[in-house]
Amino acid sequence: MSSVMDLCVNGAAHRVSAEAEKSLLLVLRDDPALTGAKIGCGEGECGTCTVVVDNEVCRACITPVGAVTGKRIRTVEGLEEHGQLHPLQQAFLECGALQCGYCTSGMLRAAWALLQRNPALTELEIIAHMQGNVCRCGCYPRIVRAIQQASRHLEASAALEVPR
Amino acid sequence: MSEERDTRTRPGPEPGAGQSGGGQRPLAPESDAPKIGDWLHIDTDGLITVYTGKVEVGQNIRTSLAQVVAEELCDSIDRVKLVMGDTDLTPFDPGTFGSRTSSIMAPHLRTVAASTRELLRELAARQWQVPREELCAAGGSILHPASGRSAGYGTLTKGQKINEHYNEDAPVTPPDRRTTANALRVGGRALVTGEHQYVTDLTVPGMLAGSLLRPPAFGATLRSVDTMAAEAMPDVLVVREGDFIGVVAPDASTAAGAISAVREEWHRHEEASGEDLYSYLRTHPAEPPVEDTGSLVVGRAAADLTLDTTYTAAYIAHAPPEARAAVAEWSGEKLTLWTGTQRPFGVRGELALAFDIPEEQIRVIVPDTGAAYGGKHTGDAAVEAARLARAVRKPVKVVWTREEEFAQAYVRPAGVIDVASAVRSDGSLIAWEFHNYNAGAAGIRTPYAVPNQRVAIHPTKSPLREGSYRALAATVNHFARETHMDELACALELDPLALRLRNIRESRLWAVLEAAASRFGWGMRPATDGRGVGIACGTEKNSFVATCAEVAVDPASNRVTVGRVVQAFECGTIINPDAVLLQNEGAIIQGLGGALFEEIRSGNGTILSDRLSRYRVPRFADVPKIEVVLLDRRDLPSAGAGETPIVGIAPAVGNAIFDATGVRLRSLPLVSHDSGFAV
Ligand code: FES
Ligand code: FES
Repeated sequence: MSSVMDLCVNGAAHRVSAEAEKSLLLVLRDDPALTGAKIGCGEGECGTCTVVVDNEVCRACITPVGAVTGKRIRTVEGLEEHGQLHPLQQAFLECGALQCGYCTSGMLRAAWALLQRNPALTELEIIAHMQGNVCRCGCYPRIVRAIQQASRHLEASAALEVPR
Repeated sequence: MSEERDTRTRPGPEPGAGQSGGGQRPLAPESDAPKIGDWLHIDTDGLITVYTGKVEVGQNIRTSLAQVVAEELCDSIDRVKLVMGDTDLTPFDPGTFGSRTSSIMAPHLRTVAASTRELLRELAARQWQVPREELCAAGGSILHPASGRSAGYGTLTKGQKINEHYNEDAPVTPPDRRTTANALRVGGRALVTGEHQYVTDLTVPGMLAGSLLRPPAFGATLRSVDTMAAEAMPDVLVVREGDFIGVVAPDASTAAGAISAVREEWHRHEEASGEDLYSYLRTHPAEPPVEDTGSLVVGRAAADLTLDTTYTAAYIAHAPPEARAAVAEWSGEKLTLWTGTQRPFGVRGELALAFDIPEEQIRVIVPDTGAAYGGKHTGDAAVEAARLARAVRKPVKVVWTREEEFAQAYVRPAGVIDVASAVRSDGSLIAWEFHNYNAGAAGIRTPYAVPNQRVAIHPTKSPLREGSYRALAATVNHFARETHMDELACALELDPLALRLRNIRESRLWAVLEAAASRFGWGMRPATDGRGVGIACGTEKNSFVATCAEVAVDPASNRVTVGRVVQAFECGTIINPDAVLLQNEGAIIQGLGGALFEEIRSGNGTILSDRLSRYRVPRFADVPKIEVVLLDRRDLPSAGAGETPIVGIAPAVGNAIFDATGVRLRSLPLVSHDSGFAV
């Protein structure tokens, strides 16, 4: 049975009509047509579908949309602001932290959630936190480097006061 | 000049087609020979568009090819746009594989761009009535320094198609003067913002979703089927053409629901799997191609030591992040097909065959794809989507599920390799016999100088559907050879590096080996127990690699941690060093998966490792400290960097495990899952 639900995605309200058990990933990709979060494994194992819900990392492929109504959902599309890339996005580009780019939006959102909690990160903390995100192209060392670079940048500019 | 172009079967693209000022008056009369305009167009604003049938699957050739064109046309890289992998717009191309982009496409586009630059000088010379020699190209303009005159490229061509033939001898920047630059990735912004549309993200108006009925095992055939329940579902259409059974629905979840409502029975064949697989492969050979040099008998007779060993490698999956997918749209007899493939023109041929229509009626478009690793040579999803779309007369998208991706896609061949060698006590190889069952030919020839050799390939009727993989069989052949070299060193009590150097005549291989060993600090053994070091080297597709690895093995559990990897790589002239570094890092990490734990398990033809939770891939915590040393050989043409860097890691790690524990592992993967290796 479809029901009407209100979602808050990247700060904007979206009214969607879907079954409450339908995955958040498919709902986001269908209706607001936010395709940044990708279909990967469909079982919570790869992280390409990662979004952030109320500041927590969320695997959208195994999250029923009914469970996140009224919560703040953030996808990769919400990272850029006023045409200005987020320091994480900038760092991914500068460090060459992507090859095919298919894992990138999930990596960015997972890393963003981590930086929200703790902008001063050690390499081991990054690795532990990112373990659920797979980059089949093997960009892991660059991704760690990019997150560290963004973390330094954010610390320096204290930009975390304005979360996106 | 290259096998990449086949202008006989197909005229050049119509750069018109909404892309590049079609319908304009050409600069020179039409003829059949390949024209600059087939490959390159300059619009009135001087924006350069390049057409190539190569596709971007993460190897970053969108950047390196743009760099080459920008350099010859003396313009900045952001003025160059690449149209890639579109069969209506780009000249014929056999496909993006075999490391041929850097070795063939890049020099070709360099020639085209240089020809264009010379033509532009010519045009300006005529216009200004000055000698061509007084003109130079810079910043997207032709300049006449003597008079201070300048004209932008776009002003000179007026946006017309350039019908002049390109000149194979156009002066290109000599290798030693080429800029080596770490250009920021072209198209990277759309990837970090989520804006880029992969095939899985695409929609076209009126599009429906398709899903297919899949056999439970390779080679299974349909016995009976009942589609009534699916047909009764609202908004669902069932399509049946012989054994092809699919459903179409408004969205993917409804389609998946409908396909699972289909009841069917299959006829299955007995297929080898598990423990039986390797003996099956050895006992089901077809006619072996054999290559003999010298005489093995003579070689063995002179030996101080002989060694016979067998190595095996499991089937592995590409597991590309983006599953196979396609969107098909028919308008009348014309088919437009978006799909992620390494062979857009090959897929066009597959479609022409499947639907018995001329290739000219089919347009295959490949948006930059979520990787391939050799796994996307065929058009499976493309044919499926087109068949469904034709039946329901609406555009249809088919996206394989992760289970379909593991169970239906082809896998990297498993293999058994028997090696028999003979050496003198000083380490010089005098006989080498190498029998490869099923793994394949790539990288099969030993790069060591051995006077007496037999190298044989024994193809097999594989129990699973096999296909291409990054570096093909080179990974498995190098694993066998380089492990065997290590075993010889051990038997002769020689240093593994010294043994290799003794048998190498190829200076490029020698150079990478020395470079890797010296950066690694080979010979300074780690002091602690349970640690070991290993070395391996090899060559394939005209590039050279040497890899050193350091591992730690937990004595209680036999769990292996790869702590450090140093790899030296040489592929001739380097265009974009950072991209080559990235390919090396990625190949080492991907290779680590096949080395340590990747394995497709099957039972009677059914793939059991059918999802990511059952197929262990490398993750953040598996990654060692990686150092890559690039040797830039300006005197040599560029070779590809996407494949060869994967071949050294497995034997280097296996040899390091032996160094640490004295246990010799001869099967890939070396360690199954996270439980450590079995002794
Ligand atoms: S698609 Fe959600 S974790 Fe893989
Ligand atoms: S860049 Fe391809 S999967 Fe990460």
